[in-house]
Amino acid sequence: MITIVDYGLSNLLSVKRAVEVCGEKALITSDPQVILDASAIILPGVGAFADGMNRLRELDLEAPMLQKVRDGTPFLGICLGMQMMFSSSEEGEPTAGLDIIQGSVVRIPDLGTNGKHQRVPHVGWEPTIEYGEDKDSLFNGTAPNRECYYVHSYEAVPDDRSRIRGVCLYGGREVVSVVRNIDGNAVGCQFHPEKSGKTGLNILQNFLCGI
Amino acid sequence: MPKIRLISRLDVKDTNLVKGIQLEGLRKLGDPNRFAREYYENGIDEILYLDIVASLYNRNNLSDIVTRTTEDVFVPITVAGGIRSLEDVRKVLMAGADKTAINTAAIKRPELITEVAEAYGRQCMVLSIEAKKNSDGKYECYYDNGREHSHLDVLEWAKRGEDLGAGEILLTSVDRDGLQRGMDLELIQKVCTSVGIPVICSGGASCVKDIVEAAQAGASAVSVGSILHYGKTTVSQIKEELIKQGIEVRRS
Repeated sequence: MITIVDYGLSNLLSVKRAVEVCGEKALITSDPQVILDASAIILPGVGAFADGMNRLRELDLEAPMLQKVRDGTPFLGICLGMQMMFSSSEEGEPTAGLDIIQGSVVRIPDLGTNGKHQRVPHVGWEPTIEYGEDKDSLFNGTAPNRECYYVHSYEAVPDDRSRIRGVCLYGGREVVSVVRNIDGNAVGCQFHPEKSGKTGLNILQNFLCGI
Repeated sequence: MPKIRLISRLDVKDTNLVKGIQLEGLRKLGDPNRFAREYYENGIDEILYLDIVASLYNRNNLSDIVTRTTEDVFVPITVAGGIRSLEDVRKVLMAGADKTAINTAAIKRPELITEVAEAYGRQCMVLSIEAKKNSDGKYECYYDNGREHSHLDVLEWAKRGEDLGAGEILLTSVDRDGLQRGMDLELIQKVCTSVGIPVICSGGASCVKDIVEAAQAGASAVSVGSILHYGKTTVSQIKEELIKQGIEVRRS
C-alpha cells in the first residue's frame, strides 16, 4: 500500500486525494509497522524543519523510513518532506535530518543576483527546469515549462550536485527543486505536486508508476 | 517583468457563494464548489474562501465546502473568516486547506500570529488586513468584515504582522470591494514597499488593466471576485491579456 506519513504537520487530505486521482489507493498513518509494510512512502510536510524531525522521532518513524529507503522502496519527500531528506538545516535549533541525501538546508537570501530585494517566503508558480545529464522519470510527459507551486523560506543544497534533477529560478538564482538519491529510489521535490494542478498530478503519477 | 498569481476569492455565507459591495448588500450566486471547480479547470492559481459571517457567529463554517473542493481542485486553498485559535486553524487544515487568513482574532490578540506560524509554519499564516482610508488620508485597519474600527495604522500593522511571523498579507480595500472601479493603487504600493513578504491584493479589480496596475504597484497576487462570478470574463482570458500587457503569469 502507498503510505502517507502522518506526523501532524501536513495537509494530508490533499496528498491522499491526489494519489487517488492518479488511480491508486493510499493510507495515512503514523504507525511504524504500517510504514515497514508500505509499497511506497510519501513524506509530505509544511512547517519548520526541527519541529518536523522532532515529531518523526517522537513517533519512532525515522528508523522504519530509513530502513525502507535502504531496502529500495520508492520514497517521495514533498516540500519540508524533501528538506528533511537532507543531513541538516539551519532553520531553528540545529537538528539532524534523515541524511538520505548529504547536504544542508539554508535560508533563501533576501537579495537576488541583481542585488534587488526579493520576497521571502518564496510563494508562487515557477517553471521546474530539468537539471543534470539524464532526464528524471518524474518529468515524463510534462511540458518543458512545467510550472509548479512553491512555498518555502529555506532551500536545499546537496553536497554532491549530481543529486540534483531539477531546479527553479528565484531572484535569478537556481534553487534546488528535485533531488534523487544515488540508489535512485528516493526522490524529493521542493514544490507541492498535490497543489500544482495537472502538471503536479502528472509528476505524482510518474512517481507512482515506479512502484 | 513582474509575475503574479491570480486568486479567485469566494465569499461564502452558509452554503452559498455571495458577493456584496464594500462587503455589504449580499447577493446569492450559488454553490461555491461549482465555481471553484470551474475556475480551477480554467487555470486559476489559488482559491480563497471567506466565511463572511463567521466573525459574527464566532465560528467558521467552511470545512465541508473545503473538503469537497479538495476532491477535484489541485491548487492551494486559503480559508478565512472566524479563525480565532490554533484549534480553529487545525480544523480547517484537516479539512484540506493549505493556509488560513486571520484578521479579527489577530487584531484582538496579535500573539496568535506567532502561535500559528510556529505551529504550522509561516506559509500557513496569512495576515488579512481590511483597509479603509480615513478623512486624514491615512489607512486604518477594520475588522468584523469591514464594520469595526481598530485604530491600527495599516502600514504599521502590516510590518508588525510580518515581524510576528505572518508569511503573506491579504490586503483588502474595503472602499473598493465589489465596486469594479479599480484597485486602490496607493494602498497597494504603500503596503508592498513596507513589508518583505508577498502581498495578495483584493478589492475593486474590474478589468485586466486594474490587475496590471496592481502588479506594477508591487502586488505578488491579485484576488478577483465579481468579474469572474458574474461571467464578465474568464481566468484564461484574463491571463492571456496579462501576458500581452507584459505581466508574467502561470501559463500551464
